[in-house]
Amino acid sequence: MNRISPEFKLISDWITPNSRVLDLGCGDGQLLKHLIDTYSITGYGMELDPQKNVQAIQKGINVIQSDLNNHDLCEYFDEDSFDFVIMTQALQVVSRPDELLDDMLAIGKQCIITFPNFGHWRMRLQLLTNGRMPETDTLPYHWYDTPNIHMCTFNDFEDLCEEKGLEVVARTVVNAEHRTSLGMRIAPNLLGEVALYKVQKKS
Amino acid sequence: MSQSLGVITPQLLQVENPLTLSSGAQLPRYDLIYETYGELNADASNAILVCHALSGDHHVAGEDANGKPGWWDGYIGPGKPVDTDKFFVVCSNNLGGCRGSTGPTSINPETGKVYGPDFPMMTCRDWVNSQNELRKHLGIEQWAALIGGSMGGMQVLQWAIDYPDKLRHALVIAAAPKLSAQNIAFNEVARRAIMTDPEFHGGRYIENDTIPKQGLSLARMLGHLTYLSDDMMGSKFGRELREDKLQYNYEVEFQVESYLRYQGEKFATKQNFDANTYLLMTKALDYFDPAAEFDHDLTKALAQATADFLVVSFTSDWRFSPQRSHEIVKALLDNDANVSYAEVESEHGHDAFLLPNEHYEAVFRAYMQKLINELPENDQNGDKK
Repeated sequence: MNRISPEFKLISDWITPNSRVLDLGCGDGQLLKHLIDTYSITGYGMELDPQKNVQAIQKGINVIQSDLNNHDLCEYFDEDSFDFVIMTQALQVVSRPDELLDDMLAIGKQCIITFPNFGHWRMRLQLLTNGRMPETDTLPYHWYDTPNIHMCTFNDFEDLCEEKGLEVVARTVVNAEHRTSLGMRIAPNLLGEVALYKVQKKS
Repeated sequence: MSQSLGVITPQLLQVENPLTLSSGAQLPRYDLIYETYGELNADASNAILVCHALSGDHHVAGEDANGKPGWWDGYIGPGKPVDTDKFFVVCSNNLGGCRGSTGPTSINPETGKVYGPDFPMMTCRDWVNSQNELRKHLGIEQWAALIGGSMGGMQVLQWAIDYPDKLRHALVIAAAPKLSAQNIAFNEVARRAIMTDPEFHGGRYIENDTIPKQGLSLARMLGHLTYLSDDMMGSKFGRELREDKLQYNYEVEFQVESYLRYQGEKFATKQNFDANTYLLMTKALDYFDPAAEFDHDLTKALAQATADFLVVSFTSDWRFSPQRSHEIVKALLDNDANVSYAEVESEHGHDAFLLPNEHYEAVFRAYMQKLINELPENDQNGDKK
């Protein structure tokens, strides 16, 4: 079996076998390939990067080349087309994460979103002590060349969910190696580096 | 790595069954000229049909008797994206063409004279039906893939709708589900240029021993314009003059004028393309609208299709823009079809589908590799030679 990243392993645990899945910013299609092979899911990936697209096609994935900033989702898919819409590590790079979240929830019954936490203590400490934008293992960029244009903290994201009437079905907070600890469970926004959220519309 | 296929000799299929056309007319018998590349495998599962565009023909790869390379030679051959070491590739000249298949320049068996303007109107569906005769003749139950760009892509769509169980993969490149009013308008101007040429003689120019060269050349100039992009013309020609200064007359002054005239001339004289064929092919394009008989709903039309699809568009193609490919992708997604879509960055306009391009080639290659993996000889022991 192919080795998959710990993050993808955590996401896979939330997926129901034989479901329909859309993976936004699917990269080279590794997650979808894993879900197809182990859970017999069907679905599509969307990816903007031409090279990653080619890699996904090589894996036999259905991949639609698309810019998530263009609101292509609702153009391509009808309401509730998918059981799961997944977006890993891409929320922070799109121009309007709030609007994209709306689109994702329109076409999917549940959404799985992962993103890095800007509220982690090392971020806070670097900004506080250096007075400069933080650079860490999870966010290894300069302020001027980062693709991450909408950084948020776990608290910010949960506020947005609340505002949109979304229910957080499940949440896992992990460190950069995708391991969790008691501390992270007690103070996730301070100690967690990456969060995985599963959300749906409140019924 | 990649090598040439060498000199290819076209083959002829004479179909003796009458073909009933979309127009209601009937062709009592007809010829199809075609070329093949590579070898058909034992269970005939590695066959690919390539469908040509408006002014294309059956010579898609290798060299012809005069050493001229096929129109897609860059992408079809040993080690190329459509690898002829793995696939048996077929391309035929469309009915109504002027390169050896029965068309307006052929002799009408009923009159003993050249068909000329009496050759019946053709549609994509008619072409597909005739290509299906070629499939049977070659002993192929199911094509591994149908591949076509532009008008060829439309034939691929029609195949997928009309003969869903006869193909496993459909590659629809730089195509559209139907022409826009603007597309039809361009075609109409091209046709008027031909038909108003004094040497056209109502289409009976062969009997009159003339050729409507001016009209054909104008039609080609207009067509050519729509295949290029503003950016590409800008970077290639700009406002560059042929002489050092303006002449203030109607002779060729700008390089782009010279280029267009050359293209038109070449098409009308050297390539010797038949004017009636040009008229007929543009009409077939105008008529293409597979959704029309499904309440004008492309989703319903493609509900018939069972093939896996690859759809490719090019960013600077304004004749069949990426938006037109999105329509096809959307309809396929509505049907939960297996579809991948690539939007290739190119400055070459509609012509890009024929030209070298790294991303395009990589997508093409990746998708074709998937097909190779599905072939029976690769089933058991991985990549067996």
